[in-house]
Amino acid sequence: MLRRLLALVAALAPLVAGTPARAFSLSEIAPGAYAHQGETSLMTRENAGDIANLGAIVGDESVAVIDTGGSLIEGRAFLAALREKTQKPIRYVINTHAHPDHTFGNGAFVETGATFVGHKNLPRALAARGPHYLSAFRAQMGDALDGVTIVPPTLTVDQTLTLDLGHREIVLQAWRTAHSECDLTILDPKSGVLFSGDLLFLQHVPVVDGSLLGFLDVADRLAAIKATQVVAGHGPLPAPWPKALDDQRAYLMRLTADLRAAIKKGEGVAAAAKTAGAEEREKWRLFDDYNARNATAGFAELEWEGP
Amino acid sequence: MNIAARSAAGALFALLASAALAQTAPDPWPELVVDIFHSRPIAAADGVIALDAPARAEDAAIVPMTMRFADPSRIKVATLVIDQNPMPMAAAFTLGEKSGVGFIETRVRVNSYSNVHAVAETGDGKLRADAKFVKASGGCSAPAVKDEDEAVANLGKMKYREFKSADPAKREAQIMIRHPNSSGMQMDPVSRAYLPAHFIDSVEVFQGDAPIFKMEGGISLSEDPTFRFTYAPNGAKTIRVEAHDNKGGVYKGEWPIGEAS
Repeated sequence: MLRRLLALVAALAPLVAGTPARAFSLSEIAPGAYAHQGETSLMTRENAGDIANLGAIVGDESVAVIDTGGSLIEGRAFLAALREKTQKPIRYVINTHAHPDHTFGNGAFVETGATFVGHKNLPRALAARGPHYLSAFRAQMGDALDGVTIVPPTLTVDQTLTLDLGHREIVLQAWRTAHSECDLTILDPKSGVLFSGDLLFLQHVPVVDGSLLGFLDVADRLAAIKATQVVAGHGPLPAPWPKALDDQRAYLMRLTADLRAAIKKGEGVAAAAKTAGAEEREKWRLFDDYNARNATAGFAELEWEGP
Repeated sequence: MNIAARSAAGALFALLASAALAQTAPDPWPELVVDIFHSRPIAAADGVIALDAPARAEDAAIVPMTMRFADPSRIKVATLVIDQNPMPMAAAFTLGEKSGVGFIETRVRVNSYSNVHAVAETGDGKLRADAKFVKASGGCSAPAVKDEDEAVANLGKMKYREFKSADPAKREAQIMIRHPNSSGMQMDPVSRAYLPAHFIDSVEVFQGDAPIFKMEGGISLSEDPTFRFTYAPNGAKTIRVEAHDNKGGVYKGEWPIGEAS
């Protein structure tokens, strides 16, 4: 299994300095724009938390890393793979939001001296959730969680922020609560690649950990971004833009419509969570892991609609 | 705590759960009986109280729990305890005399694999308990506030809903209160100080001037505390709510009782 090899190579990396992380795939999707596709799965010991897509953008002078993976093991493998591609200094490590599959590898990049960057709400989200994540994921990840630390950003984004990597300016944009309360996108105008973080899911059922209505709204506004392809938070990459948004929008709209109907009928949250969105089941992977959760949170949100 | 004093089902559940938890966490229930119920004996539920809980917490921050009462006139207080939470006593509901509350549904945070106990104090002063084991949610689900800015911006807003009751002799209603109900156990990343807790600690619900229930609770209740319940109508024209939080906030609401049910 590729993931096992990845974990092994990464685990050995500190012992065998300079070990090339051949198992960690990092493709150049456009000149100077790199992406890694995570496995569509839950975080486990076997995959060392490698379930999210990661990226890097290389300018004339420096490098920006986009998300760091779900463990120190994966973060180190990512760093090693990136070093095979470029020796330019890593100036920024950008987290698209607080979730563990995107931030647990941060520790691997501390020694690069990079500045950690995130949404203005990211420090708060990491403070509120980090300790819970560290204890909750121990059960399913075991020793693959060893060494993981919560590394908050020191540079935060209120609305937009442009970072210059040397003749390559990338645009960071902070969004209202949607997938989470700290979603940040990264646009690389030079290549036309948008790194959406978890504001876009492909194949992996979307996860709502912020606001169902906010997610719908932000995803619609994302469509206006002038990009040609997108690296989603989860799923195949790169994908055509903005066409890639369609399936997710259909899911979120179905879920919203079903929940509104259930609320109108006077159903309780537990009953509604079992049925809302069910029509979308065959279209997505990990549906049974997340749909009832999305429905539960969505129900509590939508119940406040109307008089 | 006396195992024999608990319901067979509850005890079995607890034993299985204890076995499952043995490697990670000791069973806190014996100490909770001391702390919350002053070591009083707790008998089997015996149909007096029943707890509906999901087998798995889908969203750790919003886990629906329903306590059902076969004969509401026998119940004085119904207490919901999430054994493994940092603040296990989620809510204690003191039922109004003749309120006829058939069930109370609320939503709680469940931090990890945990037994949940519903404990009834009956008119004779005895305690009876039902228990369910709830598996923790997976993935990146955390028992945290979804959108802290919005929670604060909407602080204290209330909503009242009515439903057609399955029992024609009763009315069914729901009270919702906007509140972050935050634990405060997190560190402010800028000041490095621990944020103060901010949560609803009491909610009184009346029909006219007659109390339906008084809830006393804490941070294990989900954000935007919500209570759905049935009650026996006494002819009053309005439902009235008064809620308090631990910072002295007072939130009031009053709504006309509809004709729907």
